[in-house]
Amino acid sequence: MPAITVTVNGSARTLDIRDPEKPLLYALRNDLGLKGAKYGCGLGQCGACTVLVDGEPVRSCVTPAASMAGRKITTIEGLGTVEKPHKVQAAFIAEQAAQCGYCTNGMVMTSAALLERNAKPSVAQVKDALAQNLCRCGTHDRIVSAVVRASGGSRG
Amino acid sequence: MNIHTSRRNFLKGTGALFIAIPFNGPSFAQGAAAKTVDAAQVDAYLALHADGTATIYSGKVDLGTGLRAAFPQIAAEELGLPIERIKLIEGDTALTPDQGPTSGSNGIPKGGMQLRQAAATARQALIKLGAEKLGRPASELDAIDGEVRPKAGGAGVSFASLIGDKGFELKLDAKAPVRDPKTYRYVGKHVPRPDVPAKVTGQYEFMHNVEVPGMLHGRVVRPAKINASLVSVDESSVASIPGVQVVRIKNFLGVVAPDEWDAVRASRMLKATWSGGGLPVDDKGLADYVRASKQVGDEMLDERGDFNTAYAAAPKKLTAEFYWPAQSHASMGASCAIADVKDGAATIWCSSQGTHRYAKHFADMLGIPSSKTRVHYVDGAGCYGMNGHEDAAADAAFLSRAVGKPVRVQWMREDEHGLDPKGPPQVITQEAAMSEDGKILAWRTQMWCPKPTEKLPTIPLLSPAETESKQVPGIATGSLSSGGKPPYDIPNLQVQVHWLESTPLRPSHLRAPGKIGNCLAVETLMDEMALMAGKDPVAFRLDYLPDPRGREAVERVAKLFNWDTRVQPRRDGKGRGIGFTQYKGDETYVAIAMEVEVDARGRIRVTRVAATHDCGQVISPDGVRSQVEGCILQTIGRTLYEEVKFDRDHVTSRDWSTYPILTFTDLPEMKIELIDRPDQPPRGAGEAATAPVAAALANAVFDATGVRLRRVPFTAPRVKAAMAETVTKNG
Repeated sequence: MPAITVTVNGSARTLDIRDPEKPLLYALRNDLGLKGAKYGCGLGQCGACTVLVDGEPVRSCVTPAASMAGRKITTIEGLGTVEKPHKVQAAFIAEQAAQCGYCTNGMVMTSAALLERNAKPSVAQVKDALAQNLCRCGTHDRIVSAVVRASGGSRG
Repeated sequence: MNIHTSRRNFLKGTGALFIAIPFNGPSFAQGAAAKTVDAAQVDAYLALHADGTATIYSGKVDLGTGLRAAFPQIAAEELGLPIERIKLIEGDTALTPDQGPTSGSNGIPKGGMQLRQAAATARQALIKLGAEKLGRPASELDAIDGEVRPKAGGAGVSFASLIGDKGFELKLDAKAPVRDPKTYRYVGKHVPRPDVPAKVTGQYEFMHNVEVPGMLHGRVVRPAKINASLVSVDESSVASIPGVQVVRIKNFLGVVAPDEWDAVRASRMLKATWSGGGLPVDDKGLADYVRASKQVGDEMLDERGDFNTAYAAAPKKLTAEFYWPAQSHASMGASCAIADVKDGAATIWCSSQGTHRYAKHFADMLGIPSSKTRVHYVDGAGCYGMNGHEDAAADAAFLSRAVGKPVRVQWMREDEHGLDPKGPPQVITQEAAMSEDGKILAWRTQMWCPKPTEKLPTIPLLSPAETESKQVPGIATGSLSSGGKPPYDIPNLQVQVHWLESTPLRPSHLRAPGKIGNCLAVETLMDEMALMAGKDPVAFRLDYLPDPRGREAVERVAKLFNWDTRVQPRRDGKGRGIGFTQYKGDETYVAIAMEVEVDARGRIRVTRVAATHDCGQVISPDGVRSQVEGCILQTIGRTLYEEVKFDRDHVTSRDWSTYPILTFTDLPEMKIELIDRPDQPPRGAGEAATAPVAAALANAVFDATGVRLRRVPFTAPRVKAAMAETVTKNG
């Protein structure tokens, strides 16, 4: 079986790349059992499948697993847990910033990446960073509040 | 009356209860339990346990809407049990009562109130048992903190020692007294939703994550033309993929494989020949098609005075036609389900809003008894009506039966956008007449919408049709004609619906069926008449709105928004508008004021929204607020962007670029005021606030531009063209 080695949430893992086009999303969910990233569109349009690759948000549904050799992948499971949430996750809980929760993975991962490069984003910068992440339930306002809260700021 | 003007201030106040409701996730047990599901029995709704905890059972399910907090709040309150001791099981046809589908915003008004009555009946029984044990009259006792104890204080006796694990074996007593709202500990307070922590940490057990032992992955291959017949299949086209099985049952074609990506690849590579199929019209011709399509009867929904005479004699008249397009549920996740069909029995895991009614549908199509079919609800992506959840479940069931193993089917994005049953298109016309001195004399609303099939148990699914299996034919849409009746005092009124035989794309209910378009028509007409009467739109509405709760909603939204009282439109690219509804005519009151900016290219930006919302007694304030926010934002997107595109073959808007929805850059500033009336029955909060959104938006655009928009969506090219036309007309 053709395979590559990657680092996922800090551990070395082997990914089957039998089909060179197999998206990273399928490898994470089905081969590694990391189901936090979701299939939304398979087209890189909605963001539900977002993971961090070397710290940058990436759409795992259109990223071939075969291109990940030697890369460092962080999934939402590696960000924090219910008991010990990442500051973005804690803020999403405080703001109750999820309805159905299907898009939440992408919102949390994209926001975590934003705060890594910009610790104190303005509301406009938060909206801009999340502009390519879709939510159908209409939780946008709470998500913005959560990201601002996670940055230690206030929407006033 | 409690007023919650700011969520943050509210959370800071005394009402917030930061306690954890146990959350066990969906039930996966396959063994049938011996438990009543008879909706007339107390034991169908709740069970007390010897360890002092309780389980509540609900046929209504949480769709991300907060019922998972609200139901324990209601049960804890009535029983007198700490909320953290209550566990909830939802939508399992072997365990939960059939309370009808979770639709029409009836989760709390219907499901919650049945639960409240069951718990109140149980409390009466517990107090009676406690009275015997304590040797005191029942009138001196209450149920508090899991004990029956004297109201005046003193030693009590625990529920567990009174009833243990035994059931109540009582019918729901409609007369069992419920608690006085003044004594509420949980209802009306903030209880955090128990599912949120798992949702934000990637641990939540979505339908899409469920695995059952021995499960295979399936995908269905559907033709390029809707309803085409399958002529031939070339199985050798997928021979290179290991372990793939091709399943063909009449016009149903699918693939099954051990690996999901292999199933996806096989579904794309499989060569098949189809014939026939297609649609009678395309999206561009749909509005005309609706007006011209075959009618199967007219219905006068409301009539007052004599419209025809009053209209004919009146000096000033207005007429207008509105169009609401076909729209998709456009769920973020593609529908997913698992079915295990073998030995004449079926177990199905899916995200249906109506597990109980679809259990029968699935049983009928598979030719097995309902008693051998168990459906478990597991959360999917929000669906706001009926998307592809049930279709995916039927797909999985046929594939499972064919291969003799459990099969998981997850639709692809093009399936979800292309094949989900659609919110059907509507046409609405308005005619109104006014006196010289600006009084409304006559009003007629006419609606053209598909007629729901009478007594249709469930909406027909794709694969039973393709496999030519048993299912009841017909269409269902939700109540599209509701909301066409103005909430105002009109002396001569007709509200009429022209029922159409069908609609081109398979319909289902989509959040607030019909009511957003109907409210757009009603509230645009009110605005036009206000202008004709020389009155400010808010003042004019108040002249005709008799209901005191409705008046309060309108008056308070004007204050909350800081309404700018004026008669003439500003026409300077910035404007404000108002919309009001009493949902379904007799339910929740919502008033929305909105501010927009419209640029020269016709692009509309909603900058500010204020809403007042009176759904009677509020169970979960933050849950209601969350629903109101979602209603407003989703509907701004539906109004500005959403229209299903299709040609004569199939739906062509099959992704997010061809079917755009609201994004973060569209997010306006929002102020929401909940009007809580603890002494009134609770009404729904899942849809009501959608209804006035398009109306407020269109009225704001008129203020900004002098242009009336009557055709949804209000896309930039359409708005630009309308602005150009108005300029030409006005010289």
